[in-house]
Amino acid sequence: MARYLSKKILIYAITFFLAVTLNFVIPRMMPGDPIQSLVSRFQIMEGGSEILERQLILLFNLDEPLIVQYFNYWKSIFTGDFGISIMQFPRPVTEIINKAIIYDIILLVPATILSWIVGNKLGAFSGVNKKADNVLMPIFYFLTSSPYFWLAGVVSFFLGVKLGLFPISGAYSVSMVPGFNWPFIVDYFKHWFLPFLSIFLVELGGWAIGMRNMIIYERSSNYSRYMEALGASDKMIRKYGFRNGVLPQVTGLALRIAGIIGGAITVETVFNYPGLGRMMLNSVLNQDYFLLQGIFLAVVVMALVANFLVDIVYMFIDPRVRHSFAGEV
Amino acid sequence: MAKEFWKKHENLYYAITNKKVIFGLTIFILVILLAIFGPMLTPYEYDEYAGAPYSPPSRQHLFGTNIMGQDVFTMTVYGLRTTLIVGLIAGTIATIIGCVVGFLAGYYGGSWFDEILMSLTNIFVVIPQLALLIILSAFLEVRGIMVMSIIVSATAWPWLARAVRAQTLSLRNQDYVNLSRISSLKVPRILREDIASNMFSYIFMSYILQFNGTMLATVQLEFLGLGPTKGISLGLVMQNAVNWNAIQLGMWWWGIIPGLILTVMITALYFVNTGLDAAFNPRLREM
Amino acid sequence: MNETILEIKNLKAYYKILKGEVKAVDDISLEIRRGEILGLAGESGCGKSTLASTLISRKPPLHYISGEVKLLGQDIMNMSKEEFQKMRLKNISIIPQYALDAFSPTKKIRTFIADLVSEHGIKPDEEFFEKVKERLDFVNLDHSVLDRYPMELSGGMKQRVIMVISTILDPEFIIADEITSALDVSSQRFVATLLARLRDEGIIGSVLFITHDLSILYQIAERIMVMYAGHFVEIGPTDEIIGNPCHPYTKALISSLPRVGIQYKDKKLSGIKGTPPSLLNIGEGCRFRFRCPYAAGECEETPQREKINDGHYIACWRWQEIGSDSNE
Repeated sequence: MARYLSKKILIYAITFFLAVTLNFVIPRMMPGDPIQSLVSRFQIMEGGSEILERQLILLFNLDEPLIVQYFNYWKSIFTGDFGISIMQFPRPVTEIINKAIIYDIILLVPATILSWIVGNKLGAFSGVNKKADNVLMPIFYFLTSSPYFWLAGVVSFFLGVKLGLFPISGAYSVSMVPGFNWPFIVDYFKHWFLPFLSIFLVELGGWAIGMRNMIIYERSSNYSRYMEALGASDKMIRKYGFRNGVLPQVTGLALRIAGIIGGAITVETVFNYPGLGRMMLNSVLNQDYFLLQGIFLAVVVMALVANFLVDIVYMFIDPRVRHSFAGEV
Repeated sequence: MAKEFWKKHENLYYAITNKKVIFGLTIFILVILLAIFGPMLTPYEYDEYAGAPYSPPSRQHLFGTNIMGQDVFTMTVYGLRTTLIVGLIAGTIATIIGCVVGFLAGYYGGSWFDEILMSLTNIFVVIPQLALLIILSAFLEVRGIMVMSIIVSATAWPWLARAVRAQTLSLRNQDYVNLSRISSLKVPRILREDIASNMFSYIFMSYILQFNGTMLATVQLEFLGLGPTKGISLGLVMQNAVNWNAIQLGMWWWGIIPGLILTVMITALYFVNTGLDAAFNPRLREM
Repeated sequence: MNETILEIKNLKAYYKILKGEVKAVDDISLEIRRGEILGLAGESGCGKSTLASTLISRKPPLHYISGEVKLLGQDIMNMSKEEFQKMRLKNISIIPQYALDAFSPTKKIRTFIADLVSEHGIKPDEEFFEKVKERLDFVNLDHSVLDRYPMELSGGMKQRVIMVISTILDPEFIIADEITSALDVSSQRFVATLLARLRDEGIIGSVLFITHDLSILYQIAERIMVMYAGHFVEIGPTDEIIGNPCHPYTKALISSLPRVGIQYKDKKLSGIKGTPPSLLNIGEGCRFRFRCPYAAGECEETPQREKINDGHYIACWRWQEIGSDSNE
């Protein structure tokens, strides 16, 4: 158990290390001259030259040897100083991220967990019911084949534009003042629903297909045959199959997290939803490299934390890991 | 004569007589034909003013026109070409990387070499690909089809490497592989002859899935404006549609049809994959 | 004492696949008496395990074709699934050959047993588990296995746990399907005699003991039946079959045994060449004729069951001629 966890943590630490290093290396390696373009942009801002100087020292430290630059870069990471945004000058990158990440969490956590639960249930149903399977499987395949942003367009066209049930842009109405009151919460969730639904539906397809195949596989396993021979009911055998089929699905959850976060970036773009994804894209379009790098690290950390949580859950549901029988999952 | 042939290539016979394979392959080929011949069929250029803006689909404009009066069908078939090419090259590269890494890790399973390869793979698994791609693309000012393909494939191989490793591990311990090892054949030869040949159908099906995945990754990047810097792509068509509020304006032919074609094609490939699975797997073949 | 508890008449069960029918159980008849251990022998792939599946867990692509199977007087081939469900574990049970993965990896043994017996309307309470523990003692296992996961048990332990579970409701008839094939020689003997002891104690009724290993049957079975490629070959009391085998296939099986304590003199048949034929769409005729040194023109027709003497039957056209041949 300890081995399992420490191995995982090591992987995450290396990943974080590489992500930071990548952030450090990329602007220095890439063709073109991001620094030159920064200089020209800052010169037109008020007090721009002082800010620029501070930024450049922080981020590039160009006069120092590379290794010192690298070391300083790490220092700034641990002090949480990612610099100042150019786009939303002069707000610090950290502040922008802190605000945007809340939208992501409220969007992604329910979408991921609910699609996983509903997808597994539907998939298990499809796996034991041939008639339902013939109808459901094409739907699952279609959903999992959809680009997130395209499905976002589809639901916003039908549910938003045609039926007018939900707003299709922003996180809350312009007329609303954010606060902890009922009208705002209702408004917030109305805006939340379609982005949520888009991610939910695409993910649902994948989980359902996975569980359906697992159930069929488990049903043909020897323990199922044994239970059947000794008179266990179909219901009981299905229950056992589901219990075992869920394990690879949890592992799959860890594998999907990165993809879901990626998909969310495009969905937020469609709905103009102010999460990290939308922010990341804006920072690319506006060449706001400090913000871009900050968001990249934030997204990586988000993925690492989510993966770690999945690992812990897995440890609790698979006795093999608890007893250190299986190292690799 | 024909009978002899089918007896020898039994799997092929089951594959091409499988309903799902036939259905999926038909749709897939239609989409491919559309990408190849579509640009020749249309009288317009993808970036020219082709007719009255805001026109819904009609005989002149199969998929209607957009807000600038450009022909959506023309944009779609040209864009489909680019997206398919990037997806195909990326899928091929990713399949090769995934297989090589998976084979080697599996063949040397349990050794430090395996550990290193798997740690590398696991790192790529946890990093959000799209975010990584955005970072890479953002700093690359000029992106051609090849660069795009390499970027996409760089993040698409890990799942396959894991799957191939697991398969190789289980094959590795079977008798005929041991026999080859005892007779001290060279590793590449063992990998090629004993392991790869036994995994051919598995790899072929993985290739289809890989292609599906890289298509989706490609179109997402394009949609974010990080596709090839020149020309048009399917994702770009849809980015324009979103930027110009095609959805709000009710222009479903602009906002939805281009993506629908891609989605239907990927769905069709999933059908092919499932059908092949049934055909190649004798246990599923029994009635 | 001679009451018949299982009666099989002309049973046919085929695998139906795209290419046609695999005739794995073809016209098999036998009866098992109360309290007896009937050994069923033959090479692997000769339909022994299919016969077991036909009796207890028939599933596509395996289909029941025709014939009659009566367990305790009830026709179990045409019985509804629900009705048969009630007979399972109490009247008919199985010790499967796949002991190593007969357990769900995520359930403790105790949970598995509890779930299983509650399906039969038995409350898995303290009192019930007292009985389980007695049985564990019987097979020489520590009570702590109940609170373990399957992967914590060795192969031999799993095999014994399975024996406890499969016999927990004192079944009147049980199929032991190749239960020794995965074990080493000393465990084989232990498991086989354990089964015989369970029978002697009256915990289980009759046993159909399926194995490819005649030497084990010699130790525990009262009667032996031999199958080849889905067909009936020979049946008789153990001493008869081992000491006076009449079918060329039975002779070959026995002569290929390293040591049974029986001297068998026929040199022609020491060991059998070749493998059983593919059963896919197989036609008429004795199925052993392709490997049989005595095969003749008449063997193109399927041989009928003939009586040699009381309780000893055979399906071979030429057994009488061959018999004299081997006695020289």
